[in-house]
Amino acid sequence: METTRNWREIFITQLIKASGYSAIIFVAMIFYFLIREGLPTLSEVSFSTLFSTRWYPIEAYYGILPLIGGSIIITIGATLIAVPFGIGGAIYIAEIAPRWLRDMLKPLVEVLGGLPSVVLGFLGILILSPNLRILLDLPTGLTALAGSLLLGGIAIPTVVSVAEDALDAVPKSYRDAALALGATEWQTIWRVTLPAARSGVLTAVMLGVGRAIGETMTVMMVTGNAPMLPKGLSALLAPARTMTATIAAEMGEVANGSVHYHVLFFIGMVLFIISLIVNVTASAVVFKQRKRAERILS
Amino acid sequence: MTALKQILRETALATVFYSIYNPVLMKLIRSFIPLLIFIAITGCSTPTGASDDGPLPTTNTIENKGSDTIVNLALAWAEQYQKLHPEVRISVTGGGSGTGMAALINGTVDIANASRQIKAKEIESAQANGGDPVEFIIARDAIAIIVNLENPVNELTLRQLSDIYSGKITNWREVGGEDRPIVRLSRETNSGTHVYFLETVLRLGDKEDKTLFSTNTLLLPSSEGISVEIRQNPNAIGYDGLGYVTEDMKVVAVARDAGGPYIYPSAESVNNGAYPIARDLYMYTNGQPTGAIAAYIEWILSPEAQPIVTALGFVPVLNP
Amino acid sequence: MNASSKSSSRQIKQRLGFSLLAVMTLATVIPIIAVIIYIIVLGSPAISWEFISGFPSDGMRSGGIWPAIVGTFYLTLGTAVFAVPLGIGAAIYLSEYAQNNRWTQLIRIAIINLAGIPSVVYGLFGLGLFVLFLEFGTSILAGSLTLSIMTLPVIISTTEEALRAVPQSFRTVSISVGATQWQTIRRIVLPQALPGMLTGVILGLERAAGETAPILFTVAAFFLPRLPGSPMDATMALPYHLFVISTQVPGMPVKIQYGTALVLLIFILGMNFIANSIRSRARAKRQW
Repeated sequence: METTRNWREIFITQLIKASGYSAIIFVAMIFYFLIREGLPTLSEVSFSTLFSTRWYPIEAYYGILPLIGGSIIITIGATLIAVPFGIGGAIYIAEIAPRWLRDMLKPLVEVLGGLPSVVLGFLGILILSPNLRILLDLPTGLTALAGSLLLGGIAIPTVVSVAEDALDAVPKSYRDAALALGATEWQTIWRVTLPAARSGVLTAVMLGVGRAIGETMTVMMVTGNAPMLPKGLSALLAPARTMTATIAAEMGEVANGSVHYHVLFFIGMVLFIISLIVNVTASAVVFKQRKRAERILS
Repeated sequence: MTALKQILRETALATVFYSIYNPVLMKLIRSFIPLLIFIAITGCSTPTGASDDGPLPTTNTIENKGSDTIVNLALAWAEQYQKLHPEVRISVTGGGSGTGMAALINGTVDIANASRQIKAKEIESAQANGGDPVEFIIARDAIAIIVNLENPVNELTLRQLSDIYSGKITNWREVGGEDRPIVRLSRETNSGTHVYFLETVLRLGDKEDKTLFSTNTLLLPSSEGISVEIRQNPNAIGYDGLGYVTEDMKVVAVARDAGGPYIYPSAESVNNGAYPIARDLYMYTNGQPTGAIAAYIEWILSPEAQPIVTALGFVPVLNP
Repeated sequence: MNASSKSSSRQIKQRLGFSLLAVMTLATVIPIIAVIIYIIVLGSPAISWEFISGFPSDGMRSGGIWPAIVGTFYLTLGTAVFAVPLGIGAAIYLSEYAQNNRWTQLIRIAIINLAGIPSVVYGLFGLGLFVLFLEFGTSILAGSLTLSIMTLPVIISTTEEALRAVPQSFRTVSISVGATQWQTIRRIVLPQALPGMLTGVILGLERAAGETAPILFTVAAFFLPRLPGSPMDATMALPYHLFVISTQVPGMPVKIQYGTALVLLIFILGMNFIANSIRSRARAKRQW
């Protein structure tokens, strides 16, 4: 009886250890797979073609620059929306709103985060882009701007929840000290609380940006998917094509092992690496800040 | 494996024990009962495969995939056929002609729908994988040029269409319309309709021509996407199968040359060759079809199924 | 400038600032409410017993969406089957067993990365590995496996948080009366952390249920005449169905589109609501 219990305990402990390492295994598997299917691109498609400005894969124009540009301009637009509204909302909910209001607002914002992207895309085609066209007198409402607005909306809940948690975590003593020194609540927020929560807020923004870069269905439905190289911020008012929409739209049509197939995996690789960089940087910032905070508070 | 069995038994007992005493855990268990039933059921069943060559089993599954132009027609056919033959299951998926072709080459589909002919390279790839595509023409289609109801333009030549879509013509007043920028709508590159339009209209049938769509052509993921934009945007021009044209859009008459007669797309103008942008719609199988697949295709080409073609706005292969 | 005017100008600044932030928050929240109300108003005329329990007919322009509902249900279940044990195991490892060494840091970075990978890249990976390489074909199995890897980070982080919230004293007391580590976890820590874990699992599954990109190439079908019979079958699913009927089918009645959106919304928000109520009930009943 004693030995079976030990046996069981060891077995279960090993299972748990294995599950713990599974995350690393999955990331490695995904990375391996993307590389395995994406890297052949570099031998099949010349560098100059790959970095040209024409994306028309059925005639072997594999220029991915317009796609990268499209993703970047839409993400920039989404960030310009998500950061002010997200941080502003987080500050309001965490610091200013009375308790009853906060208990109502927090779940409501989370609901926005739960809305399936396809629902937002669907509303985008029917409501947002026609109105954008009329409001801004554009040739068409299917533009990068429509994508940015919807993506900003999707990213805001992420920014709000993480930033709100970060602001909440700032010790009350900081605020009390500032107020005792005669600062108004407003000044306290901007000069004490927010800087103290800096790393958490930064993480929130990066997670929101990450969410925006990775969004697929919404952009596929409202941005027009035209592979145009964006030239400056005015490109927001023109259609664009993101890397994610390209993969989603074209993946179904590729024959296993063809050049197009490899190029799409290559794009997937690029997306993976971008999200890797964003996430590792965000976590490095948090680790560094946490270490510093531990040093200060000890 | 007694240790494993003991672990499982212990876990089950613990769960039951706790569930009696802990209401939250009870909720967890209750929500997982369907899960356990699911596992129990599916653990006992074997995977079903698509039907292939051989004697007709009692239930047959046909996988039908490909062109978005054809998908609604394929769906209507599938619905009707399954009413007549309930032992056959037909699953229909879109994704574009390219998707159907890729699936045919990969061997993951029984019937591929395509709104363009299979390319030589695709035939090669299929044969390299041990397949042998067989072609069936199942209907004919006119590509209608559609614009917003408010657009005063009624007629265009093929040359004008080519110049519009390649970006040479950018304003409606250059073709007799109002002073508005032209917004070009197109299907995605995986669409057979797109490829057909590229070859027939942009390149005017010239195989050596390398003209491409202008970069600011909107590539919409579906025919309906084009319709939605046309309905509310007076700047837009689009192309789509006749079956997708509704009353809230305007169809433009097309002429082969500047002098020639401007023809509207219809079953008649397709069949007598007057309308310049007409094409055949295809279904491809891997090798000569047998069994349920053969029966289905035979039915599609029969006078029973072709009226459905007309009902959906396409042109039947058989002239009654 | 004397003291009182300085303080009143600061007061004005504060009031302006607060109002600005309030307006911004409102500007974020009002569209959400508007969207939900809009969908409810336009979608509820379509909701009926036939709509929920019937099959699509007439080229999906009428009839019901039952196969899509069932498909989403099966996919969510399938995701739970794979992601829940693995995720909870990993969380237990991180919270109870792992030391603060480089390997653990690597695991955490891996989890953060999994959380950030775009959903379409998961679809690509699922296509490459499960559908093609392992030859599962477009099946519930392939879709569930893909979705479960995607859901893993959410389950792991929320479960770990729930486990960590259980006070260390509980564990210390248990060990001191002679229990092994696993016994402590199973009988003491897990039951206490259960509500938090449940919340995390439900939130993760909610996300899996609403995603379209990962299932595009791994499981979703445009139309199936019958319900899936085994995990190797493809299936319809609500998010993909909404995408398809709003973009692929001509002449689709608006109310069917909004009706489908409404059903999807109810599914998602329902899970959200359940998760939230478990969380607040548990917070109230907490034993520490």
